[in-house]
Amino acid sequence: MSKVLIIGEQTGGVLGQAVGRVVACAKELNASEVVVALFGAGDLASAADAAAALDGVTRVVTVDNPANDHPLAALVAPQVVALAQQGGYSHVLGSNSSFGKDTLPRVAALLGVPQVTDIMLVLGERSFKRPTYAGNAIVTVEVAGDGVVCGTVRSASYPAVGNGDKAPVEAVSLDVALPSHTRYISQETSKSDRPDLQSAPKVVSGGRGVGSAENFKIIFSFADKIGAAVGASRAAVDAGFVPNEMQVGQTGKIIAPGLYVAVGISGAIQHLAGIKDAGTIVAINKDEEAPIFEVADLGLVGDLFQLLPELEKLV
Amino acid sequence: MKILVGVKRVVDYNVRVQVKPDGSGVALDGVKMSVNPFDEIAVEEALRLREAGKATEVVVVSIGPVAAQEQLRTALAMGADRAILVESAEACQSLTVARVFAKLVEKEQAGLVILGKQAIDDDAGQTPQMLAALLGCAQASYASKVEVNDNSMRVTQEVDAGLQTIDVDLPAVISADLRLNEPRYVKLPDIMKAKKKPMDTLSLADLGVEPAAALKVVKTEAPAARGGGRKVASAEELVKELKNKGLL
Repeated sequence: MSKVLIIGEQTGGVLGQAVGRVVACAKELNASEVVVALFGAGDLASAADAAAALDGVTRVVTVDNPANDHPLAALVAPQVVALAQQGGYSHVLGSNSSFGKDTLPRVAALLGVPQVTDIMLVLGERSFKRPTYAGNAIVTVEVAGDGVVCGTVRSASYPAVGNGDKAPVEAVSLDVALPSHTRYISQETSKSDRPDLQSAPKVVSGGRGVGSAENFKIIFSFADKIGAAVGASRAAVDAGFVPNEMQVGQTGKIIAPGLYVAVGISGAIQHLAGIKDAGTIVAINKDEEAPIFEVADLGLVGDLFQLLPELEKLV
Repeated sequence: MKILVGVKRVVDYNVRVQVKPDGSGVALDGVKMSVNPFDEIAVEEALRLREAGKATEVVVVSIGPVAAQEQLRTALAMGADRAILVESAEACQSLTVARVFAKLVEKEQAGLVILGKQAIDDDAGQTPQMLAALLGCAQASYASKVEVNDNSMRVTQEVDAGLQTIDVDLPAVISADLRLNEPRYVKLPDIMKAKKKPMDTLSLADLGVEPAAALKVVKTEAPAARGGGRKVASAEELVKELKNKGLL
């Protein structure tokens, strides 16, 4: 039987959408305990309630500390290590968010163990499948030794669990010296009322073919009409059409919406790595030879500036 | 200040790798190899810091086969001062690589380490964070902008929510993201000059590094192929299809 500690994420008391997905993965580990740890400063109650309601979670621990106001990997990692050692956990998991990917390797190195990135399938308590080469080669790995298994869970591979019995919530204080070498300064987030790119059931993405930041309006307008989140290819982000948090692909967000509409995106392997688990992929591109058509379920060849307004009228 | 930069030899960005039919790995014979693109960005950033007078020496390090000398020469041609190859016929995983860098930081008395945020072969994205943990120093991952002040750095990081700025004390480990800079092109005279720059070769044993417990790769397979799609003739047909599937 395994005992799993999950590094939960929350922002301003709102539980991160990926936590339910990590719990889904943890449930496959023949777990007797699945404990979600939340780190914050004074505003953890509602996130803790939401985590406690997730099906399969057996306990929630909250670590309230002014140093956790804006959780940073270098500060959270030693706290996770203390929890993992005190609780005798066999597994420590996080999501493949930027925070999870930043924190888990630090935790693993402090514990002296290797880490599994992007778990897409659990084969056994120490055996997993994960993607390499931008998803073009899937490897089965076994974690050698008998140390704690540390891993990040590929969110796109796991639908979130629903709600179940309410688990107990426990506030803990940790006697851990936290480093002063890393200090939060600020965060810039584009405010948007659109659905969250990572979890939206529909996503419309624009690429280099859109041509400019100004032209991206046509993507936003269509997305709003169908209630979709908006993403972008690396080319569109590099060209400054849209901000970095909209990038979908190997090094951006990896998503699994029911519907993915790629507009003016040629379909580099690095972009395809981010959308392989989408339910239906639609490609709109003027180049009928574009590689995106090789993976698209439905392709439409033509000028996006004509087709998108036309589609918007039709839906 | 001396900067250490990691340079990994990987399958070129534009190659679509093929999985071997026996499941033992990916086919690498005759495949073009290059510097990991994120590492190229890391080298460029180190050079810019040296050119701005914030650093005195840029030392590039590769851990891998003898053939990785080729990638180190590329980094030297970009402008790095010298290179260290830590030779290992066996591929080293993140924790072992982090241990090697930790030894080299100590040996070289480096004030800053810049690594790519991930290698595009194993896509692990672990080494910078693991190194920072072993050194007990700060990590600033996914950097899109760095600014060196006296004994600290201000780093803007690409995070899921947007851009996050943190201050880190030196020494620190920075991991380079795509938009940190655009690496320079190497000119022919620089390639000639690079041949004369010093390159040391060490082994894990020379550094006293024991390979760490690792992930045993037991099988490699191609991803499940997506079912063949088709093209539709018009916007009307597309909307009809999507409505039939219940997607609109």
